[in-house]
Amino acid sequence: MEYTKQLLYTKFERFWHWSQMLLVMLLTITGFEIHGSIHLFGFERSVRLHTASAWSFIGLALMSIFWMIVTKQYVNFIPTKNKLREQVLYYTSGIFKGMAHPTHKTMFNKLNPLQRLVYAGLLIVIFPVQIFTGLAYMYYHYPQNPLDISGLNIAAVLHTDGAFMVVAFVIIHVYMTTTGDTVSSNVKAMISGFEKEPQNNNETSSISE
Amino acid sequence: MKNLLSKAMSVFVVLILPILVIYLTVYFGLNKNEADKVVFQPKSEHTASVDHTQFESLQQTFTNPKQVTAACLTCHNKRDDELMQSSHWTWERTTEIPGRGEVKIGKKNLINNFCTGAEGNNGSCMRCHIGYGWADKSFDFTDATNIDCLVCHDKSNTYFKQKSMAGWPATPATATKEFPVPDYNLVSQSVGLPDRDNCGVCHFYGGGGNNVKHGDLEEALFHTTKDVDVHMGEDGKNMVCIDCHQTEKHNIKGKAYSVSASNSNRVGCEQCHTSAPHNDRIIDYHTTKVACQTCHIPVYAKVNATTLYWDWSSAGRKDENGNAIKEYDADHNYSYLSIKGHFVFDNKVKPEYYWFNGTVDHFLTGDTVKEIPVQINHLFGAYRDSTAKIWPVKVHRGKQPFDPVTKQILSMKLFAYNKGEGAFWEDLDWEKSIQEGMDYNDRYWSGKYEFYETEVYWPLNHMVSKKAETLSCTECHIRDKGRLASLNDFYLPGRDYNKWIDYSGIGIIVISILGVFIHSILRLFS
Repeated sequence: MEYTKQLLYTKFERFWHWSQMLLVMLLTITGFEIHGSIHLFGFERSVRLHTASAWSFIGLALMSIFWMIVTKQYVNFIPTKNKLREQVLYYTSGIFKGMAHPTHKTMFNKLNPLQRLVYAGLLIVIFPVQIFTGLAYMYYHYPQNPLDISGLNIAAVLHTDGAFMVVAFVIIHVYMTTTGDTVSSNVKAMISGFEKEPQNNNETSSISE
Repeated sequence: MKNLLSKAMSVFVVLILPILVIYLTVYFGLNKNEADKVVFQPKSEHTASVDHTQFESLQQTFTNPKQVTAACLTCHNKRDDELMQSSHWTWERTTEIPGRGEVKIGKKNLINNFCTGAEGNNGSCMRCHIGYGWADKSFDFTDATNIDCLVCHDKSNTYFKQKSMAGWPATPATATKEFPVPDYNLVSQSVGLPDRDNCGVCHFYGGGGNNVKHGDLEEALFHTTKDVDVHMGEDGKNMVCIDCHQTEKHNIKGKAYSVSASNSNRVGCEQCHTSAPHNDRIIDYHTTKVACQTCHIPVYAKVNATTLYWDWSSAGRKDENGNAIKEYDADHNYSYLSIKGHFVFDNKVKPEYYWFNGTVDHFLTGDTVKEIPVQINHLFGAYRDSTAKIWPVKVHRGKQPFDPVTKQILSMKLFAYNKGEGAFWEDLDWEKSIQEGMDYNDRYWSGKYEFYETEVYWPLNHMVSKKAETLSCTECHIRDKGRLASLNDFYLPGRDYNKWIDYSGIGIIVISILGVFIHSILRLFS
């Protein structure tokens, strides 16, 4: 079959993705140091780095929300039942038999139905929970605040729980990059922006690189 | 060419820009501002407006220090009225104790955790009263000539109250080499604002010896360095007591936190430093719940040892010849005295930490004991008390005589000039000493005595350390054995975690790794 290169990830998306990767790494390491699980930078430095990277993360999130709205790229994250079953079957059985992916990617359909579900959960639940509990952790500690949340306990516990979820996501996410046409094709696409797709794909990108 | 440009662009957006984001994040994250600088204006730098050597009234022949007081008052009229309102004179004040209402408390009527109480031991204890001759209940608190102006205002360093003389300096009849009769002309002509010698002569020796009581106030502060006290160090700002304990009309600011029930007229760091002086959001945020002293006084009793434990129950032991015994620990501090019992002294002590909102309860003379150990004072506060902060505290523990029938702590007569008057320090006889002490204080005693644990809490304020010795984060923010290990009514980051969240979180990570592992094995071999 003939292949053609198609643009999947714009410059902004790639910048967003890799910056977010570094920030999540920094947040995870410093966060678990604050939690008392590891010792690397020292507690004080971890607190400062965690706070600063949290703000960068929020800044980047705001930029990407704006970007998603103006480019209508948010449609990628809307969950769908269409081919969800096929996708689950592919990962649990088809992939071992060398069958073809049940879905194919385009600029406005980058994520398969299973990814849509997971990413929507990440964007709608995990990230907001982390951001809001994180802000509460920084600014909303003490009983004398108007809405009494009894100190850090609730925010801290939710934030820790969210952090474990993020780590689990990263592990599976990194592994899933190897399930493309070749082991490295997905990572290469996130670097170059282009991915090889079957030529019979008629949809074209409406976003210039 | 287009391909090359596209590759360069990819390097820029996936490598250079993200690294720039991280670099800026780390750079601004680790950037620390300098703390606010305080412009220090010492209140103690005071130039006398008159030359006291010129006053004829101070050149007369004085035979009695009361004549000096009278001479002072001829010019400084009305100051006696101010002074007689002050707790330095009254040794008690009306105050509001939460849960008890208005009470009159002070050295005059409180039980303490050291020599148990002043009343009845006047000859010894009232040496530190700013009057002359409060030897018994007949002392006249309305006679202005009973005021000892000199003990606070002498700048010649030659005026001292004699030991065991109820506040009197030496007279020709009692003078010794250590305590000669003061030269009243010299002393009265060299008066000025109190310096640390004037305050320290009493406040450094409270409880019956150097640093017995406070732990952070002791004779090493007469001449000290910034290593011991960053404010009082002679190699630094060389501040004296009244620079912080600012005084107006003989009302000296700064009621002791431990014994003053209401939170008023205190001295605080904020007088000079602001309440958020670090220029650092995270550290300044701490001041909502953490007293400045907590981080800035990491150890107390930095030079000489302070008493941490005083067990009266073993007092009274005699050697085979019937004489009183003195024993010392390896650091040459008392470990046992027949007249006082067992001691534990230590220096460079780490404080204990408690919530404290500035109000204090007191075990009043005549209160019945409800729980052991008896809290001679109790610092109010909790995490959920919005006015409470974490404070460093010297806790002085001990054992005191107690009536098992009335469940009251007993008053003792310790001091007398002669043997046979029932004073414990002379006769080492518990029953007589308690009977005399209870009688003097008009209290009933069943005739039985036992010893129970008591403790008293002294919030620390002095011996503030240099910046470099301030507590680091992990002194408290650490899983085990942190300084706040015993304060458990709140979530402390770095120390606390939810066991189930941690277990389930680790479980999810393990399952993810296993899943990835099994999936990849199946892909490889299918």
